[in-house]
Amino acid sequence: MNKKSSKKPYIGNRFPETNEWTFELINDYHHEIKRIADEFGLDTYPVVLEIINSEQMMDAYSAAGMPLRYSHWSYGKQFLHTQQSYKRGQMGLAYEIVINSNPCIAYLMEENSMTMQALVIAHAAYGHNSFFKNNYLFETWTSADSIIDYLLFSKNYINECEGRYGEETVELFLDSCHCLMNYGVDRYKRPASITLEEEKIRQKEREDYLQSQVNEIWKTLPKKEDSDEKKKKKRFPEEPQENILYFIEKNAPLLQPWQREIIRIVRKTAQYFYPQRQTQVMNEGWACFWHYTILNTMYDEGLVSDRFIMEFLHSHTNVVLQPDYDSKWYSGINPYALGFAMMMDIRRICEKPTEEDRHWFPDIVNTDWIKTLNFAAQNFKDESFIAQYLSPELIRKFKFFSILDDDKKKTFEVTAIHNDKGYQTIRQTLSKHYDLSFYEPNIQVYEVNHTGDRSLTLRHYQCDRKPLDNSVDEVMKHVKRLWGFPVRIETQDEKGKVSLLHALRDDE
Amino acid sequence: MVHIVDRRLNGKNKSVVNRQKFIRRYKTQIKKAVADAISNRDRSISDIDKGGKISIPRKDTDEPVFHHGQGGVNNTIHPGNKKFIPGDVIERPNSDENKGSQASNDGEGLDDFSFELSKEEFLNFFFDDLALPNLVKTKLASVEEFTIAHAGFSNVGIPPNINIVRSVKGALGRRIALKNPLRKRVKILQSQLEQLEQSEVPDLKLINDLELAIKKLKIRIHAIPFIDDFDMRYNNFTKLPRPVTQAVMFCIMDVSGSMDRVRKDMAKRFFMLLYLFLTHNYKKIEVVFISHHTTAKEVDEEEFFYSQETGGTVVSTALELTKEIIHKRFPTADWNIYVAQASDGDDWDIDPQKCRDILVKDIMPYVQYYAYIEVASDLPQSLWTEYSKIEVLFDNFVMQKIKEVGEIYPVFHELFKKQSIE
Repeated sequence: MNKKSSKKPYIGNRFPETNEWTFELINDYHHEIKRIADEFGLDTYPVVLEIINSEQMMDAYSAAGMPLRYSHWSYGKQFLHTQQSYKRGQMGLAYEIVINSNPCIAYLMEENSMTMQALVIAHAAYGHNSFFKNNYLFETWTSADSIIDYLLFSKNYINECEGRYGEETVELFLDSCHCLMNYGVDRYKRPASITLEEEKIRQKEREDYLQSQVNEIWKTLPKKEDSDEKKKKKRFPEEPQENILYFIEKNAPLLQPWQREIIRIVRKTAQYFYPQRQTQVMNEGWACFWHYTILNTMYDEGLVSDRFIMEFLHSHTNVVLQPDYDSKWYSGINPYALGFAMMMDIRRICEKPTEEDRHWFPDIVNTDWIKTLNFAAQNFKDESFIAQYLSPELIRKFKFFSILDDDKKKTFEVTAIHNDKGYQTIRQTLSKHYDLSFYEPNIQVYEVNHTGDRSLTLRHYQCDRKPLDNSVDEVMKHVKRLWGFPVRIETQDEKGKVSLLHALRDDE
Repeated sequence: MVHIVDRRLNGKNKSVVNRQKFIRRYKTQIKKAVADAISNRDRSISDIDKGGKISIPRKDTDEPVFHHGQGGVNNTIHPGNKKFIPGDVIERPNSDENKGSQASNDGEGLDDFSFELSKEEFLNFFFDDLALPNLVKTKLASVEEFTIAHAGFSNVGIPPNINIVRSVKGALGRRIALKNPLRKRVKILQSQLEQLEQSEVPDLKLINDLELAIKKLKIRIHAIPFIDDFDMRYNNFTKLPRPVTQAVMFCIMDVSGSMDRVRKDMAKRFFMLLYLFLTHNYKKIEVVFISHHTTAKEVDEEEFFYSQETGGTVVSTALELTKEIIHKRFPTADWNIYVAQASDGDDWDIDPQKCRDILVKDIMPYVQYYAYIEVASDLPQSLWTEYSKIEVLFDNFVMQKIKEVGEIYPVFHELFKKQSIE
């Protein structure tokens, strides 16, 4: 610890053998990690490291990792749940949380050892950070520059609404919005990022404009000249709409301006998280790949001790462990394990391809692995990434097999295993696992009866004959609260036959 | 140089608002859970002012979303194949078994959502149940109590606190101190003046000078104020923590067959409330449990609430025992004595009169407060009639008939009222 603040303090010099972190050590480690990351050409937002304690980590958990969020009972529930399981020792807290913002904020827990802090810096502040900055989904759908401003705006706005319209009213309304959160995601291109000030002005404008629109749409005075056109009966909306919250925000007749704004806030938040839900395997795989690569480079350069690298490897192996299907620890495929293995595998294919690889991946064998890996991280989401890059080598390594569960048959069937015949099937089926539309029922706004009882009809398009869960009754109550008039939900099977699932009349 | 922020010291308790919202929303469920916890065997009377773990049904806290139900075609990938080849057929696991294993995954079972309530939160729910007036709630929930006491005098303060006697005394002293030297000089000058005037050839100029000097001195004397700002003295007050002493609480309960679970539960709350009141007034509290049927004995809390006895009832045996214990172990000079008695009002033949005698002669003179509840009886029982006569005699004897827990508070009404006046 003799040289403290010179520019490259430990080059050729080993970091001290201590397990306790200090601010100086974090600074010095970060310096080295950044240097190595730069050498590999990682493109990142500037980094801010924040030291927090375990309670603050639990706070962050319950706000889905965001530094601030509007208040709602469900976050309180989340907090109590986390606290309880943490106290009972059922779960450890994550070592890190990182926020997709510019500058990128990474939390370091005070309980972590120095090795763990270094791991977190490499993993979150450089791995995740560069993924956030470069992946096309994040680029298109989230705006790292303005997210903190927007969260602050929404927190204040909802707080203001609570003051003006009553806490309970706002809470019930938020409940309803949260129910449909996953159906508030927009596939259109996002608007340009704006500041808090602009957001406020726009909100005011939107409010006035929307209100005037609503009054127009529901003008009920019949016009004599229209009687011809009426017979044609235009459908509304003309095409089914997948963004249910957006549709309600723009078209529900009875909502107050503040309620429309709250729907918008929930929808925007959902959209901000949407890319994370679509890139879990890639994002974690990428971050694991980089902490592994960077810390090993540090070891190779002689910067860190054997003890350091052993502790690191211990944690690393735990993170990327994949239990077998018959293990009692098995709870599905571990995204860290799959992602990390795939990233490592791509590097292997680039550097040391086998005959099989030449056949399966003619485009990437013997290319520059950094370029190839960057290309993969930038231009895919989990679904397409697996469809593109899952190699037979990995399928063999994981010993993947495919199980078909058809409720019309009495037994399960093994349809594919890790052999020549099975590779394609497994690759495709696994890729489908990560398609969100495969997990989430496909439900769209089908029709509004705008000449009659103003009822809203949602339609569920079945996939593989999968039915909706009973929770549909509860959710429809919330839809009705938002829409304000009768609501119905129908289901359409793959042959096109439509049947009514649930309906709520005006008085229900 | 990377930007490192140490956040550990700020932004704690960010989730407090969310937590409060959660608790408010599930008030009904939590209230029920708190009530269950109080009736619970593990929770002793003296645990009442601690927080505790509470479980509420998980399904109530669910947030519904659209999702797929069971059925249809599911094609899934799993790792770690050891024995399967394509075309293998696996028996469908029994769906009931499946559920069973799921429930045991979590230590508590998936049906409950459990979390910790803090002491304040716990008490709040307890009070709600007992229908306590707000003033009392705040009194009991507040951690420390103070009495206002005189603490000498101060020379700053507000007008209502002026101490007139002190101020005037001070002013007098000051006036004497300032005037006396001047007066002495006036006297000297005056005697000189008299001598001059009596001389044969008065030196008019000198007389004139002397008269002028005397006049000036008199003006100075006159200018000394009767009372001045710095004479003011104000009464000074200070907050003293309420003096801590010790108290003993006697819990007397009829444990004969007619006191069933529900009645005992109600009685437990009654004892808890008194205990809670005492914790806020006394540093050290001892609790003596006396249970009786035809004979009385001192027991521990577990036996007190949960043992089941049968047979008749002779209340006076318990009172005799109380009297004895008071005499032996709790000299009234050192102990404040509180007695809480719960019974269903049933008593043996002429025993009530005997009870009255013991109470009036040997117990009431020594105790601070005696509260009696008669649990769930419609017609006035013999004991009630006799006790009514005592109520007239003593202010600190209170009795009440109780059918539900909300009716317990009035028993202590007087007790709390007295406290508020103090």
